[in-house]
Amino acid sequence: MSKPLPALSRLLLAAAISVTLGTPMLAQNNATLSVVAPFEVLSPEPSIAGYIFTRMGIAETLVNADAEGRLLPGLATDWTASEDGLSWRFTLRDGVVFHDGTALTPAAVINALETARAKPGPLGDLPITAMEADGNTVVMTLSEPRAALPAFLAEARAQILAPDAYGADGMATAMIGTGPYQLTDLSPPLSLRASVFAPYWGDAPHVGNVTYAAVGRAETRALMAESGDDDFVFTLDPASVTRLGNSDAVEVLSVAIPRTLLLKVNAAHPFLSDIGARQALSLAIDRAGIAQAILRYPEGADQLFPPAIGAWHNEDVAPLTYDVAAAQALLADLGWTPGNDGVLMRDGERFALTLLTYPDRPELPLVAAVLEQQLRAVGIDVTINSTNSSEIPAGHQNGTLEIALLARNFALIPDPIGTVLSDFAPVGDWGAMGWDNAEIVELAQALARGEGDDADRARVTAILQEELPIIPIAWYQQTLAVAAGIEGATIDPWERTFGLQDLRKPE
Amino acid sequence: MTILLNRLVQAAMVAIIVGVSTFAMMRALPGDAAYRIAAGRYGYDNVTAAAADAVRAELGLDAHWFPALLQWLGDLVRLDFGVSLVSGQPVMQEIVHQLGASLWLALAAVGLSLLMGPPLGILAGLRPGGLLDRVLLVVSTGLKSIPQFLMALILILSVQMGWLPAAGYGQSRHFILPALALALGLAAVNARITRDAMARITEMPFYRFAGWKGLRHGQVLRRHGLRNVAVPLLTYLGLQFVTLIEGVVVIETIVGWPGIGHALVHAVFARDVPMVQGTALVLGLGFVLINTVIDLTVRRIDPRGRT
Repeated sequence: MSKPLPALSRLLLAAAISVTLGTPMLAQNNATLSVVAPFEVLSPEPSIAGYIFTRMGIAETLVNADAEGRLLPGLATDWTASEDGLSWRFTLRDGVVFHDGTALTPAAVINALETARAKPGPLGDLPITAMEADGNTVVMTLSEPRAALPAFLAEARAQILAPDAYGADGMATAMIGTGPYQLTDLSPPLSLRASVFAPYWGDAPHVGNVTYAAVGRAETRALMAESGDDDFVFTLDPASVTRLGNSDAVEVLSVAIPRTLLLKVNAAHPFLSDIGARQALSLAIDRAGIAQAILRYPEGADQLFPPAIGAWHNEDVAPLTYDVAAAQALLADLGWTPGNDGVLMRDGERFALTLLTYPDRPELPLVAAVLEQQLRAVGIDVTINSTNSSEIPAGHQNGTLEIALLARNFALIPDPIGTVLSDFAPVGDWGAMGWDNAEIVELAQALARGEGDDADRARVTAILQEELPIIPIAWYQQTLAVAAGIEGATIDPWERTFGLQDLRKPE
Repeated sequence: MTILLNRLVQAAMVAIIVGVSTFAMMRALPGDAAYRIAAGRYGYDNVTAAAADAVRAELGLDAHWFPALLQWLGDLVRLDFGVSLVSGQPVMQEIVHQLGASLWLALAAVGLSLLMGPPLGILAGLRPGGLLDRVLLVVSTGLKSIPQFLMALILILSVQMGWLPAAGYGQSRHFILPALALALGLAAVNARITRDAMARITEMPFYRFAGWKGLRHGQVLRRHGLRNVAVPLLTYLGLQFVTLIEGVVVIETIVGWPGIGHALVHAVFARDVPMVQGTALVLGLGFVLINTVIDLTVRRIDPRGRT
């Protein structure tokens, strides 16, 4: 039996323990955290790979968003709109410096945003007529009210880089941001390194260095997580999620995100112009089967917006269901009768459609193959064309697209009104096609101006549920494998940040 | 000297043929180039008609093909490959970066295969029909016929044992896995070539005479064997570089290696014409260069070709 320690020794011991245990937790250490994700980092240009730099904590935007999509101060500490909604004032944060040592000024912000607005993207479509500096404030003048303006400024393409970051043609040639991490090496297209930026305005990150590697194959990413060599592996394939779930070396996180797997339908197509035909298509789809067998999610989507988007998820609409007999009845009402090979015929025409999809997301061709079978069961003959993703907007524009399977992100801007406006008011490259609904256009425009309320949002989703210009199939889940020992990992459902500055990794 | 002159003419021919044919092929691909480039640049979430129109206007894609061809050939003469349509970086810079990564991987693979294949081949060739010869035949046939499958096996095994990183780039240990996977396939063929050459040479009168005149086995091999074996081996090595590129494309995608194979595949998908043209050209000229070096080396070790 050992003697009890004298009081002073106990105190010293306690202090020593708290120092040894506490230090790596409090101060930033020299560890390196390695991030692996499928996205290639092609260039420092915000419109091309900007989202990687915001996610890595290298570049920042005026406005941030939390996990619920609520807007938070970023490089702007607050913002106000005039009574008529045509003039917005964004007050800039004091004491912010770019990674090249220059100060964040209204002029630098205006330069960055004007440069971004000259490129294709949602920012360029905003009705901004002027941007001026007023003291430490940026004043934006609009030609019509746009309540979601701050949300547009939270998007990666609206990131604020130092004036020296841009080349003569407006394309960024260097990544000079304001984030907690400073880029130290960029090797396009696959990797970058960054270290803590000491003069950062906010809380210093805990981990001193971060690396990013783009790895295209999901199977390889899963192996990298499994080997324990990489700490933070983003986007896993469904089979690997199951396998890694059994491993002690990693923890797998999974979160529903505002991205929906859906069928884009050409409502101007003679076979699909009737609401009944689109409803029949929807009834023919076994969403739970697709979700469980291919995506390994517990359930499919019974409306467009997942519950994660509180304001746009509508509890009151009748959920989309799977009912082959009802689908067949609807099609029979429209004059379709089964032909010799089981495919429906009407006026000598076969009910045959071409389905476009793209292999960039590996689950899409698989889901397409299942859809082909499920639609065949109600007498619709589908031919799959798995091609370049750009064939979908191209087919939309020239009117040749019939149906397309795609994964639509409703949160590029952390307020879905941006996507609703571009996709359903009344049509959009990745949204409705050949569809015209005056009510939804009016509602969406009013919501964009800031005039509508939750009842209007509910009406928009009810119209989409009723008319089915697009047919929702499943809500996506984002997955992340984190090495054991890393603390504080979360997934941002709005996919704006990896949250690296909050992570802790023992040295 | 004539070799060099011949090869120089060959290089010029390769440049013109590769240049014109890649230009024609990229023009002939189906689909709207503006949309493809926009998809490559901005990703599938952001490719829209507006983005495609902006790309079309920026790059002048509506222009007639003939001036564009002349422009490209003119730039070629000045060795100006232009900038990538997707990343906006100079093509030359990207190629140097990516070809460098591939070249190191290829060299590591060839080096590794030379350590494995030829020594075994020589041993087997010295005793044709022996145990080693028969085992080597089976193993090398097996290795040659299942490269990707084998790759997957090594990957899974080494990851689960915690021996090697599954993928990555930048540290020397990242070389081991892809280089080994490529080298096993190369060594399989190397070993066969060496073995056949060795077996043939041991049958030759001069080789037997060297033994009769009293030299020991090792002496015969060093003085009369190795140089003769080296000639077909080196010639074949030139060819192997070509097949290596094929393997590199697959391996680079699997292990996330920022190499030329990876770059070429992505450039084709994104309709990044300058990048495709530049890469194809550099690869074409690279083959000419490798063959020239091999020719010169073979002439040095084999006096029969000299006049």
